[in-house]
Amino acid sequence: MSKYSRRDFLRKASVLAAAGTLPISLVEVAFGESHPKNFTFAFISDSHITQTKGNNFVENWDRGLRRSVAECNLLDPRPDFIIYGGDIAQLGKPEEIDHGLDILAGLRGDVRYVMGEHDYYLDLGSHWRKRLGPERYSFDHKDVHFVVLNSILTYPEWTHKQWDGGMQRMLQMARLDNPHGSPFMVGDEQRQWLQADLAKIDKATPVVVFSHSPIQKIYKGWNFWTDDAEQVQALLKPFDKATVIYGHVHQIQYNQIDNISFHAVMATAWPWPYPSTYKQAESHLAKLTVPMNRADPFFERDATGWQFIDMHSGNVDLRYVLPGNTSRRVAFDEEAGRPMDTRYQGAMARIPPRNHY
Amino acid sequence: MKLFMLTGSALAILLSQTVRAEPLARISHRPFTAAAQWHALTGVRSVGMLDVVSATPARPSVANVSHAAPLNYLATNAGEKSWLGLPPVPIPANNPQTPEKIELGDRLFHDARLSADGKVSCSTCHDAKKAFTDHKPVSTGFRNLNGTRNAPTVLNSAYMKTLFWDGREPDLEGQSMQPPINPVEGGLADHQPLLAVIRADETYPTAFKKVFGVSTQDIRMEQVAKAIASFERTLVSGDSPFDRWRYGGQTYALSKAQQRGFKVFVGNGRCVSCHRIEQTQALFMDNRFHNIGIGFKKIRGREFTVAEAFIKAKHAGADVDKTVLMEKDASELGRFAVTEGLNEVGTFKTPTLRNIALTQPYMHDGSLKTLADTVEFYNNGGRLKEDDPVSPFLSGGIRPLNLSDQEKQDLVEFLRSLSSPEIAKATGE
Repeated sequence: MSKYSRRDFLRKASVLAAAGTLPISLVEVAFGESHPKNFTFAFISDSHITQTKGNNFVENWDRGLRRSVAECNLLDPRPDFIIYGGDIAQLGKPEEIDHGLDILAGLRGDVRYVMGEHDYYLDLGSHWRKRLGPERYSFDHKDVHFVVLNSILTYPEWTHKQWDGGMQRMLQMARLDNPHGSPFMVGDEQRQWLQADLAKIDKATPVVVFSHSPIQKIYKGWNFWTDDAEQVQALLKPFDKATVIYGHVHQIQYNQIDNISFHAVMATAWPWPYPSTYKQAESHLAKLTVPMNRADPFFERDATGWQFIDMHSGNVDLRYVLPGNTSRRVAFDEEAGRPMDTRYQGAMARIPPRNHY
Repeated sequence: MKLFMLTGSALAILLSQTVRAEPLARISHRPFTAAAQWHALTGVRSVGMLDVVSATPARPSVANVSHAAPLNYLATNAGEKSWLGLPPVPIPANNPQTPEKIELGDRLFHDARLSADGKVSCSTCHDAKKAFTDHKPVSTGFRNLNGTRNAPTVLNSAYMKTLFWDGREPDLEGQSMQPPINPVEGGLADHQPLLAVIRADETYPTAFKKVFGVSTQDIRMEQVAKAIASFERTLVSGDSPFDRWRYGGQTYALSKAQQRGFKVFVGNGRCVSCHRIEQTQALFMDNRFHNIGIGFKKIRGREFTVAEAFIKAKHAGADVDKTVLMEKDASELGRFAVTEGLNEVGTFKTPTLRNIALTQPYMHDGSLKTLADTVEFYNNGGRLKEDDPVSPFLSGGIRPLNLSDQEKQDLVEFLRSLSSPEIAKATGE
């Protein structure tokens, strides 16, 4: 890269200021060097690596993860760390977890992992733990307290039923609208751990929780749900600023409950449709399970992606990198006191949805 | 509500394109509906159809060209008829077509004096005898220096929404200003020497005065670009055997093999996903950018190093146009070099397939010699060989196709049917 001429430099120097509007470098410019505590981390989630036979894996899901790793490696400045939000595997097989981790090993930077139900219910997380260590932990980074929870546990009576092997349990938990399923939860024991962990933290310190399932109740039929969400929220309530970032739902969601901001991340594998209702209807309402709802059925990466996150002023801005689509940014709106899609359009400004069938 | 700006004739075209679709009033409120129905009816993706219509200007200015002084064989054709298989040529409102402007642009396009060594004109790499390409893998310019990219044909570039392989210019006007001052093309330091040649010429000043109303010393590069772009907008060609078969009702315009090849094109070959065909016309492109695996090997495993070095240089003031044509690695970044979009590494613009049999070699780096090579490359899922590695940035639509030898041959035959007769004649084919 030695051929860039001095003349070019001089001629184009005046456009330097405009470079700040470019997505790749916006992070540093937007908040300025006067805020040394600002930093970025990346978030990849829900790859659902699926073994077909032996060394063969579903190519499409492999490609989604490979792509996000390659794209994440382009981030400049580099993110301080990378979070993987759970569901490396589809059916929790050691081969799937190992294959996924092989791909993730290509990431430039430290990766921290969240347990997903697809990683867990075959062997109750034993292979995942063997590779990655404990599934609940906390760490501090640049004056922010981060907590990782295993939020996909469920009632012990369900977990320890007389299953016909772990795979049967895994398959039951993987089913949507399953009348024989069971809701996710953080659980008493883990909540006690969380309480003790947070007790040491000053209430002015921003807290960010990573979980696989939403620590809020959205739709029970698909386990867009954590049964003890309110109790976990209560532990976060004393803090000035708290944020929960979760995977599992394969779509952009954001919400604010009191002091807690909620953000969902995209999957690298496939998108889920928005639940047919946000009314917390009973799970038996959704008779039809729509497996996918692609905006563009000809483009298999449509409505998937990954994200990087600007951590500033104790709040987070999520930047969604969406293959073949315009990037989106959900940022904390100081005035409204909640996260907002920066390209949010009021009802009147929207393009009317297409009616299928 | 762009549709309301259309003239009557454009509306007629729109309506003919939306046969069996909804009444116009409803279309205008719900622009995706017609395309959706077309898709439902045919299984052919047609998102681009209404895009083309909305890009059509309020005035069909090409009509003005009908009595142009004899130029070359193509320039006179553009305004006289609507080409079978092509939509109206979009003409920007700020650069209407006039016979005088087209004639001026024609001359400028072929004038080698407008380069550092007096040897390189637009037509050096966009030669009418070679279907407006140069038949070289990558183009040769000033002092026989090679660039990094294959010269695409100018034919039908009037329909493109971005210019250059990476779309770094939004229109033909912007495009035409770059090559004269690229070190490996025209080789000039800036546009001043070029303008000096024009101002000192015997006849150019009169022509610029007539076309743009400017005095000799007020001739600017913008006017040069406008004239060249106007000329290029006449380099339009449809009416191929395919057009006559598909849109002209001539059942025998395609051979049996070509007809079978068409089925591969829209079926197992998956070509039509990007090289689009619509109900009443076909541009064989989608105005989008895709990573199809070409050039991946050159920067394999070094993508982020190459990207970082490029971005660093770009933000320090390096010129994109020069860098991507002079730096082989940087060239492979494709659209990323322009937008810095993290998911656009190695993506390049879909070229039209019209006259494709006359514009070899193929791909942004000219690395594939024949149509058969190209079909084989796609059949292997964006790889020269079946067991070559796959780029993590590869567009997902690129995957092994498992075409039979017969299908591959038929597909190549079909691609030969996309040549316009007068272009084929000019190339001696």
